[in-house]
This record gives sequence, C-alpha cells and structure tokens, in this order.
Amino acid sequence: METAEIIQNTGGVIGVSWLMIALPLLGAVVLLLGGRRTNGWGHLLGVAMSVASFVVAVVAFIEILGLAEDQRRQAVPLYDFIPGLAKMGLLIDPLSICFALLITGVGSLIHIYSIGYMSHDPDRRRFFAYLNLFVAAMLLLVLADNYVGLYIGWEGVGLASYLLIGFWQHKPSAATAAKKAFIVNRVGDFGLAIGIFTIWTTFGSVAYGPVFEVAGQADQGVLTAIGLLLLLGACGKSAQLPLQSWLLDAMEGPTPVSALIHAATMVTAGVYLVVRSGAIYFHAETAQFVVTIVGVATLLAGAIIGCAKDDIKKALAGSTMSQIGYMMLAAGLGPVGYAFAIAHLITHGFFKANMFLGAGSVMHAMNDEVDMRKYGGLWPVMKVTAVTFLTGYLAIIGFPLLSGYFTKDGIIEATMHVNPVLGWLAVAGAGITGFYMSRVMFMTFFGKRRWAEDAHPHESPAVMTIPLIILSVGSVFLGAFLILSNRLTLFLAPAVGRPKDLLEFHWNSTPGLVTLALVAAGVALAWVKYGRAEVPQVAPRGSFLTTFARRDLYGDALNESLFMRPGQWLTRIAVFFDNRGVDGLVNGLAAGIGGTSGRLRRLQNGFVRSYAMSILFGAAVVVGALLYVGTM
Amino acid sequence: MTTHYLVLSVLLFTIGAVGVLIRRNAIVAFMCVELMLNACNLALVTFARQHGNLDGQIIAFFVMVVAAAEVVVGLAIIVTIFRTRRSASIDDANLLKY
Repeated sequence: METAEIIQNTGGVIGVSWLMIALPLLGAVVLLLGGRRTNGWGHLLGVAMSVASFVVAVVAFIEILGLAEDQRRQAVPLYDFIPGLAKMGLLIDPLSICFALLITGVGSLIHIYSIGYMSHDPDRRRFFAYLNLFVAAMLLLVLADNYVGLYIGWEGVGLASYLLIGFWQHKPSAATAAKKAFIVNRVGDFGLAIGIFTIWTTFGSVAYGPVFEVAGQADQGVLTAIGLLLLLGACGKSAQLPLQSWLLDAMEGPTPVSALIHAATMVTAGVYLVVRSGAIYFHAETAQFVVTIVGVATLLAGAIIGCAKDDIKKALAGSTMSQIGYMMLAAGLGPVGYAFAIAHLITHGFFKANMFLGAGSVMHAMNDEVDMRKYGGLWPVMKVTAVTFLTGYLAIIGFPLLSGYFTKDGIIEATMHVNPVLGWLAVAGAGITGFYMSRVMFMTFFGKRRWAEDAHPHESPAVMTIPLIILSVGSVFLGAFLILSNRLTLFLAPAVGRPKDLLEFHWNSTPGLVTLALVAAGVALAWVKYGRAEVPQVAPRGSFLTTFARRDLYGDALNESLFMRPGQWLTRIAVFFDNRGVDGLVNGLAAGIGGTSGRLRRLQNGFVRSYAMSILFGAAVVVGALLYVGTM
Repeated sequence: MTTHYLVLSVLLFTIGAVGVLIRRNAIVAFMCVELMLNACNLALVTFARQHGNLDGQIIAFFVMVVAAAEVVVGLAIIVTIFRTRRSASIDDANLLKY
C-alpha cells in the first residue's frame, strides 16, 4: 500500500488548524461556565464558533488543493503530551480534511437549524454548548496524528453523545437510552483501548506515521488481533453488529442530535478508524475480511429493522445502521474501497442529515408526533420540507444521477471486484433500502391524512428550511461530483493509498442494473402497501418476520439473555456468597465465642466450696505435672 | 528422720482441705484454712531442718504474718455477714456469681 510521506508543516493556515478544534471548544467552555448569563446569545455564539471552524477547514482545504500531491500530508506538532509516549499533533491530509469539512459543514447547518428547532426549549444554551463540545471532540478524533489523540476525541464524542441523547433527562426513556448508549459504547471503547495498548507494545509508538511505516514487519497474529480490536471499537461507535443495539434508542435525543451525531458524523467514526488504520488491515487479511462480514451483516440487519419501524426517527436510524454497514463493507475491501467508503460517508452525511432534519421539521409541525401512522398527506402543507426530504429519499435509494446512486453503486462494484457473494448481498440490501425508504416517504407525505385531531401542521421557519435546502443540494449533486472521473479516489490516494486499478463508473454494469431493478421493485411494493392502500392508524400485528424486525431482530432480547441475566445471576451469587460465606464466617465466629463464653461463665456459680474444689484440683494437676516433668 | 513430721503435715493438710470442701459453716471452713496453712508451716520448718538452712523457717514466719492478717479480715467479713443474714453458712452467701 503506497501512501505519501508525512512531512512537517511549515506554516500557513494548516499550521493553525488547531483553531478548528479550539474554537468550538472555547464556545462550549464559555456556554457551560457562563451559565444563565449567556442564555440570550448562547445559540449565536455556538453557531459562530462552528461556522468559524468551518471557515478554517475550508481555507486549509484550499491550501491542500494548492499543494503538490506528495506535499499533501502535513504534520502539525502541538506539544509533548505524555513525554516519551505521545507527542500531541495534528495530521492534516486529504482524509482528515474531508472529515473536517463534513463535520464542520453539516455541523454548522445543523447548528443553524437548531436555533429554530430548539427555540421553545428553556435549555437551548446548554444544547448548543454540548453541540460545540461534540464538534470539538469529533474534530480532535479525525485530526489527531496519533491513536491516543484519536482516543481522547473518541471518548469526547461518546460523552457528548451521552449528554445529548439524555438532553431531556426528565424523560426516563431518554435517560435510559443515554445510559444504554454509553454502556454499549464502553464495550467498543474497551476493545479500542486494548488495541491501542497492543499497538504501543508492538510498535513502540502510537503515532500514525511510525506505526504504519513498520506495520508490515509485525507478527501476523498480532496484526490480526489489533485489527479485530480496532474493529470492536469501530462496531461500538458505528452501531455495527453486534454492538448495534444503542443506536435505535439514541433517537430519544432531540432531532438535530440524531441528524448530526447519530447519522452524519459520530457514527461514521468507526469507518474513519478502519480507513485510517488501512496500513494495519493491509497486512491482516483475516481482520479485513471480518470487517466486510460485519458490514454486510449490519447493512442487511439495519435494512430489515428499517422496514418495520413506525417511528419515523427509528426507521431512519435503521437506515443509518444499514448505510454505515455499506461504508464498513467498503472499508473492509482495502484501498479499492476506501474512496467509495468515504464518498458514501460524505453523501450519506448530507442526505441522512437532510432527512433527519426533515423528520424534525415534520415533528415540529405535528406537535412532536413521531408515529408515521399519524402522518400522511403532509406534502401540500409543508412543501419545502417535502421537496428536500424527497431529494434525500431519492439519493438514499440510489435514484439515477443523485448522490447515493454513484456512491452506493461504487461500493457494490468494488465489492463485486473482491467478493461477488458479498456484492450480491449488498445489492439485495439496496433493494430493501428502496422498500423501507419509500415506506417512510409514502406514509409521511402521501396517502390519506391520518392526523391527530389537534394537529395543525405548518411549514417550519426559514432558519430551519434553509439548512434543509443546502443539504438537499448536496444530496443531489455531491455524489456525481465525488465519483465521476474518480475525483475523490485520486484526492484521497496520498492518504489511503492508490488502488491497483481504478474502477471507472459504468451506468450499464450488470450489478448496477440489477440494483436499479430491485430498487424499483422495492419502491413499487411500498407503493402498493403504503401508498395506494389505506394505512391503518394502529399497527397490525403482522407476521413473525414483522415482529422480528420490530423487535430490532431480538438484539435486545439476545443481549438480555446472554449478558444481562447471567450478569445478574453472577451478582446475586456474589451477594449470596458475601452474605452467607464471608459475613457468615465472621458472624459465626463471633457468635461461637459469645456462646462459649456464655456457657463458661456458668462455672462462676457463687458457691465458695466449688471454687475451693477447682483450686484443689488445679493445684493437684500442677503438682502432678511438676512431678511428671521431674521424673523425665 | 523427718518423715514423720512430713506425714503429720500431710495429714493435717488433708484434714484441712477436706474440711474446707465439705463443711458449710464459715467459721469451721475458716479454721480448716488455718489448719492447712499451719500444715504447710510444719512442712516448711521440716524441710529447713532437713536441708540445714533457715529459708523454710523464714517463709514460715511470712505465712504466719499473712495468716494473721487474713484472720483479721476474714473474721470481720464473716461477722458482718452473720449480722446481716443471721447465718454463717457459706452456701447461703452465693450472690456474687455470673
């Protein structure tokens, strides 16, 4: 795998790229420490910091474009973080700048949208403080030039995610969901931490440059272990099987959070980790294969879950799982898939944020109703939302010439190139995507109005619709821009390696045509079931398969029976042992001594003559003993 | 030659010990204690003579002093108990117990 050398930065905007992280962090600190005094202008500060960070990212991006290809990976040393272990520094290269642009760009739009969405919330300032904290942590995650820096950002986004899922902590369901997300992520973070420890003991460094340089010389087994441990971390953060269960519950958070953290950016951190660690996976084929398996399994599982959810946000969350599964699959293919993984990640960031914000706009209009069975026929009353949602919908199902068409097709083509079986499974996933996304579309915007009696839907204010429009423009054009003439592949090549042979985009390849046919079939089926036919207001019981999907493929039940119940039994056994064993020993000893002394003191009976008797007896024993000793 | 003295001492001591054990009258038990003390004195003096040094005799004097002091205190207690309870039986004076 050939990547460009990392060179020392010599100034320019790249030299001050730490501002990208520092500005939102400053915003978060001011808003959190400032307290109620900042209530009036807190949201404006939050937006300003995010936009400022975006401006720095754009300027740095332009500066990178102006450099020769072998100059595009620049290290920006900051300070000695842990002397002898890690120097903190930033790595500005095509890969990290892509992420920085996505995070700050989509992040800023969602900040702006939140001004409108959260306008009635008394805690809006706190919300913006957490959003800023998240942006700062996420940027640290992608910009750090070593695994320890990545890990700090990784935990930072986990914290921000926890705080934002539980933002309405007065709702028990939100508090529980936040806890669940945190605990499930802990499993993944544990794997990541052990992986980083192993990297340190194997390579003697945690910085990307030195580690990747010598990655090939390490023992095969160790590399595989590192790859699998990093994958465990990625699974936790990116809601991949088997650590997927937290993402659907995470929809308890405010909708902009679902859009920013649980669709566009944070959940893609796992994909970033796998792509960034490409040099390690390059030499650990088993681990790489496991990545593709996880990706395919998740893309199918997410799609199936998405088919059965009536909660609009949960349907979208299932689709997020599924789309990240596609990215994971592409990231597991090696250099040939990296560019497609990132391309899909970027376009997905746009169209999924677009749809989530659209869903938020609908909820805003429908008194926070999330059940799609209570929607229907909404497009005439909220045209901007409907049209922008439509572009996102067409993009995700892979409607020709829209973003998702190019990026998903790229992934499928690349997979076919490496492993046709997985490729056809990915094609099947695309067909299911066509069905469940159409179901969302038809149930929400078309068909008969099934509104609650007190619902008076209305279009959202401009501060919410303008971000939607910008995102929908990205949903339409970004895919073609990135994929055609391999633009992103060539741009990323210095960072992730150039594939052996470039895959050109062909509209008439067999898998592409089959995908289109399957998607069309999915859309048609959805039209028959949810567009033309009446949608009942109360969900029908459904077949075994429907229940299976509604219950998240029994993922929670599995976790409960495999981990929670045995864990409870373990604690119960430990408590029993503590009460009966340890306490029993101590208390039994004390009771035994007490009982014995209680009996012994009966000897003290008050009769002088019996005392005399015992004295005599004792004296006789002493004399006897002396005599016995004397004769020896 | 001194065996007879020792035999006498043992006899006296045994009589005293048995007396302490079986008699209930405090005065009698008390006298039996004195008897045991004096049996010991006899044995001590006998051994002093047997070994030809004065250690035993000196200790016998100490025993007498202790016995005298004991008589003073002991009799006072017995008299006091008799005055309050109209009885000198040591089995009746059994309140100090567990």
